[in-house]
Amino acid sequence: MAFQSEEQKTAYWRRNIRLMLTLLAVWFGVSFGCGILLVDVLNQIPFFGFKLGFWFAQQGAIYVFVALIFVYVVKMNQLDKEFNVSEE
Amino acid sequence: MGIQTMTFIVVGITFALYIGIAIWAKAGSTKEFYVAGGGINPVANGMATAADWMSAASFISMAGLISFMGYDGSVYLLGWTGGYVLLALCLAPYLRKFGKFTVPDFIGDRYYSQTARTVAVVCAIFVCFTYVAGQMRGVGVVFSRFLEVDITMGVIIGMGIVFFYSVLGGMKGITYTQVAQYCVMIFAYLVPAVFISIIMTGHVIPQFGFGADLADGSGQSLLQKLDGLSTELGFTEYTSGTKSMIDVFCITAALMVGTAGLPHVIVRFFTVPKVRDARKSAGWALVFIALIYTTAPAIASFARVNMIETINGEEQTGTQYSEAASWIKNWEKTGLIQWDDKNGDGKMFYSGDERNEMKVDRDIMVLANPEIADLPVWVIALVAAGGVAAALSTSAGLLLVISTSVSHDLLKRNLMPQITDKQELFYARLAAAVGIAIAGYLGINPPGFVAQVVAFAFGLAASSFFPAIILGIFHKRMSSRGAVAGMLAGIGFTATYIIYFKFINPAASTPDNWFLGISPEGIGTIGMMINFTVAFVVYKLGAEAPDEVQQMVEDIRYPKGAGEAQAH
Repeated sequence: MAFQSEEQKTAYWRRNIRLMLTLLAVWFGVSFGCGILLVDVLNQIPFFGFKLGFWFAQQGAIYVFVALIFVYVVKMNQLDKEFNVSEE
Repeated sequence: MGIQTMTFIVVGITFALYIGIAIWAKAGSTKEFYVAGGGINPVANGMATAADWMSAASFISMAGLISFMGYDGSVYLLGWTGGYVLLALCLAPYLRKFGKFTVPDFIGDRYYSQTARTVAVVCAIFVCFTYVAGQMRGVGVVFSRFLEVDITMGVIIGMGIVFFYSVLGGMKGITYTQVAQYCVMIFAYLVPAVFISIIMTGHVIPQFGFGADLADGSGQSLLQKLDGLSTELGFTEYTSGTKSMIDVFCITAALMVGTAGLPHVIVRFFTVPKVRDARKSAGWALVFIALIYTTAPAIASFARVNMIETINGEEQTGTQYSEAASWIKNWEKTGLIQWDDKNGDGKMFYSGDERNEMKVDRDIMVLANPEIADLPVWVIALVAAGGVAAALSTSAGLLLVISTSVSHDLLKRNLMPQITDKQELFYARLAAAVGIAIAGYLGINPPGFVAQVVAFAFGLAASSFFPAIILGIFHKRMSSRGAVAGMLAGIGFTATYIIYFKFINPAASTPDNWFLGISPEGIGTIGMMINFTVAFVVYKLGAEAPDEVQQMVEDIRYPKGAGEAQAH
């Protein structure tokens, strides 16, 4: 079964794009935001022995990246099911 | 047992393993050769991608690089991991749904143009050769240092092994070998890190030890100590950098986008059965990469403190050369550590100002780490095997892209469309063999500019492939002219900038002369923006993509019916 109608198709694509952009905003925030642009401000905050900005740049952002991809996987699988385009 | 014998045994066992896998996973068709039949489990594919990605340079040099750069080293950590988020969210699922074998395939079909395909093929081959030359050199260096054969012999042995499993097994052989290589690599990377973390901070997990207090009872945290030492010795504080913010920003962006545009990484997502597997696979790849990339900065800071303390002593006044630790003398023989007793007091002293008497090569940080921390012989042998695994896995992946580009994109899709599957497979193997020979030659006679051209590979991928693929997926009306003009403008600008500052006038390569203060390493970011802008302008001026192409783009947006990777 594919999409029931053109509207469904457009709706699926919109939801996909919205999810992608939301996750990319977080991606940008933790790496370019916390790790680079705001690093000096965040470095004033101690975090488990690290300066927070430095931690984001060398550790934190990478953990968030991993989490982002798995959130995407789960959400997209749900979306595929909801719109009946899941591959199973 | 001596280091030498142990290294022979450990490296020998891993080689036997790789060859065994190659025989077991022999490829029978072009589809198996190009994309492993499209039947790889996503977790295994993630592991193979990570091995493909971790090159000899990142295995051997990255921690050392960060150790010397401090905060500035974050550009590599962020850049080489963040790209996978772009891959997973914006590229991998759609390219998998598209279901062809290569990146030039996508560009050529999506932009219905042989010109676009040819531009893509040339870029792909160039990017891969740049990379592979460095890898073969890495194999040679590890061999010569740990097995005491000369570099030429080392390169030839490495070529032989890669030849065997990539020519025979194609993507299928490579993928399963890479899974084994990842296991060797991660073990070799983590074992010394864990040992050192325990010794220095009492924490088993290096990522925690990184921020913890030192175990020497000083009550100082590792990073406070490091910042203190750095300032005292005339370096910049470890946790803040020397690069300007805009440069850090642009280098990070260029590396991220470049990663997402590298053909040997993208092609890995053609090997899984379904679109949902492509998404998942990118996630697993990043898990396996992150294991190494979050350990690297920890190793970097441990190694830095260790090194400074060993050379300068507890009191920071220098230590007697005659009583120096044995690893200093071992590595002095290789020329990677040099001591010049400027003030004639017989003591070694390391600093960032005129008092400095030491020259320490950054590659030592990982390779000598086990010796510095006095770890058992088998750990040292393991690190050698890990370095070789890193170099072999990356070169194999790159060689496959080269051979595919030649046999599939150039011959089958361009010059000789009438050849059969069997003939195409023969040409693919032939191209892989020739590729290995050229790579080996470059490894033995390295052009002096290998290090400089790495910036090139990322810059080109960032300013050419990435925008073309993104527009191809998310802008279904984008026309062939727009995309080709964009690619040419992006590459043209980036290449000119890099060639000027790296080759024609390296002396002028200072922040004052750079465009907006952006170094050649980061200029790919601007190249990418130029690509997008030019593509849009040219697209607006001409006709949009034909209906059947728009239909195809519609099609790749929905996962249902991904089908198998198609032969044509």
